[in-house]
Amino acid sequence: MKKLFMVLTLACLLSPARALEPPVDVKAVDTPNDEGSSITVSWGRSPQDQGDATVFKGYQILRAENDKGPFVEAGFVICGKNDFRDNVESHKSYYYQVRAVAFPDSSNAVLTGPAAATAQWFDSSRTNVLILTIILCFLIIWYIERAKKGEELFIRKIQGLDAIDEAVGRSTELGKPIMFSFGLGEIKDIVTVAALAILRQVAVRCAQHGTELLVPNWDPLVMAAAQETVQQAYSEPGRPDLYKEGNVSFLTSDQFGYAAGVDGMMLRQKPGAVFFMGYFYAEALLMSETGHSIGAIQIAGTTAITQLPFFIASCDYTLIGEEMLAASCYLKRDPQLLGSLKGEDFVKAFLIIGFALMAVWGTAGYILNNAGNPWMMNVFQAVKNWFITG
Amino acid sequence: MKKEIPLAITFITGLIIIVTFFIPHQPLGTMQQRLLLWYSIVLGFTMLLGMDSLLRSNIQKIVRKAPGWPFALVLIIGFLGTLIAGIYTWATSESLLSLGSSFMYVYTYFIIPLQATMFSLLAFFIASAAYRAFRARSLEATLLLITAAIVMLGRVPVGVEIWDKLPVMQDWIMEVPQMAAKRGIFIGIALGTVAMSLRVILGLERTYLS
Repeated sequence: MKKLFMVLTLACLLSPARALEPPVDVKAVDTPNDEGSSITVSWGRSPQDQGDATVFKGYQILRAENDKGPFVEAGFVICGKNDFRDNVESHKSYYYQVRAVAFPDSSNAVLTGPAAATAQWFDSSRTNVLILTIILCFLIIWYIERAKKGEELFIRKIQGLDAIDEAVGRSTELGKPIMFSFGLGEIKDIVTVAALAILRQVAVRCAQHGTELLVPNWDPLVMAAAQETVQQAYSEPGRPDLYKEGNVSFLTSDQFGYAAGVDGMMLRQKPGAVFFMGYFYAEALLMSETGHSIGAIQIAGTTAITQLPFFIASCDYTLIGEEMLAASCYLKRDPQLLGSLKGEDFVKAFLIIGFALMAVWGTAGYILNNAGNPWMMNVFQAVKNWFITG
Repeated sequence: MKKEIPLAITFITGLIIIVTFFIPHQPLGTMQQRLLLWYSIVLGFTMLLGMDSLLRSNIQKIVRKAPGWPFALVLIIGFLGTLIAGIYTWATSESLLSLGSSFMYVYTYFIIPLQATMFSLLAFFIASAAYRAFRARSLEATLLLITAAIVMLGRVPVGVEIWDKLPVMQDWIMEVPQMAAKRGIFIGIALGTVAMSLRVILGLERTYLS
């Protein structure tokens, strides 16, 4: 027995260690749907690569401009991975070699190439987005055309927008100014453009009643647009004399500096109504709670989902997401603008029906799949994947 | 012409942005990044506009002795102090962010504590807003109160001690009804944004032109 054990031990010690096996099936192809600046190298992992970095380090990717070399290191990928995106010159051919590295050993895979990076004219991963955008745009334009022909379109009441007159009126009665904040939105945000439409309405009412309007800003470009909007709005009822440029001013581009500035203005000037319209972050509740503490009527509107609950808790009226974006149509009552809203609603109805059908289909597919019939589930997965790709 | 030219610029720019989303080929592929770069440059210059507005309105307050004018004075002193520290650091140090520089001193010992103070106040504001929102005045408010209590208790260790199913209920509330409502709002916002963008590109929405 002792002899047998010694023979086995000796055999183990003398037997050659298992050689490090290289990666297999190495491919180098032009990265799809890009501007022609990269090649994607992929490979099948070496059998020794079990995802443990203490045993197997990873893969060294070597690149050369011809098959004889010289090869230079293009990158290193840690164990467990099997692809690498190499940024290269467009329209130039390259050869690749992938080397498995398990210190102190290394093993080269078969050379692959040539591959060249070329730009694509269409990003096929976004086909779904293109199709849905075309459908959406078609429906919106179709409803706009119908509205142009004089068709009457119904639009539900939006209390937050109806309350603008009430807020301005109450502020006027109390002899207090009105405050309007865009939050931390920039002019390139569509919600800021929507807020400008509401500011215009508020400014027109302020001009009609002779009420002071304060618009502290976080962004200088928004400030410039707000100044133009307010000035124009004051001219509409023939009161350009009431417009004060200093009332539409810049505070700071610092988030909490802005919140502190707005809070300070509220506490000193005690506005009778406060509007929060635009994009907000953590400063939302700091400002709206201060507004509540001074007893102002507060109307908020934002597309910032994380801040909506705070506005709902601390303001009198809150425009939730899409209501805010519908404001200009609602306030102007222009048939063409209302038509675009109608088109949007139609798409929404279409999506709700689609979601309901998919939920039923997915549930039925799951039940059938468990019973050994996967076709329904496969179709469900295919439709789902089409939507999530890109 | 005052309206037509801006509308044409908006239409062309909007079209370019849409096209570049689907076409990665040059020169369109990097056009969006380039336009954003131009926007950043314009934004840099508009900072001067902002500074002019800030100083002018606060100086007017001091001159007119408007209510709270000492705050305007503090603001101007703070602004000038930071500006001087910035220029001095720029002239004497390698970078504005050099450790030990006067600008970093202002940043570390004035701006950061002030920001931290403002953010800390948020906890008190959340408590006062939550108190009002969670009062059981109606059926909806009562449901909100119960849901909020489950979510809050389910997220803290004491919740498990009270009842081990609370974290499970909390997870379900967050992943099913809460997520459904959130996604509904998201879809509405996305569609609203597309419709609004289309109105802007087609020139139906002209509010931004004043």
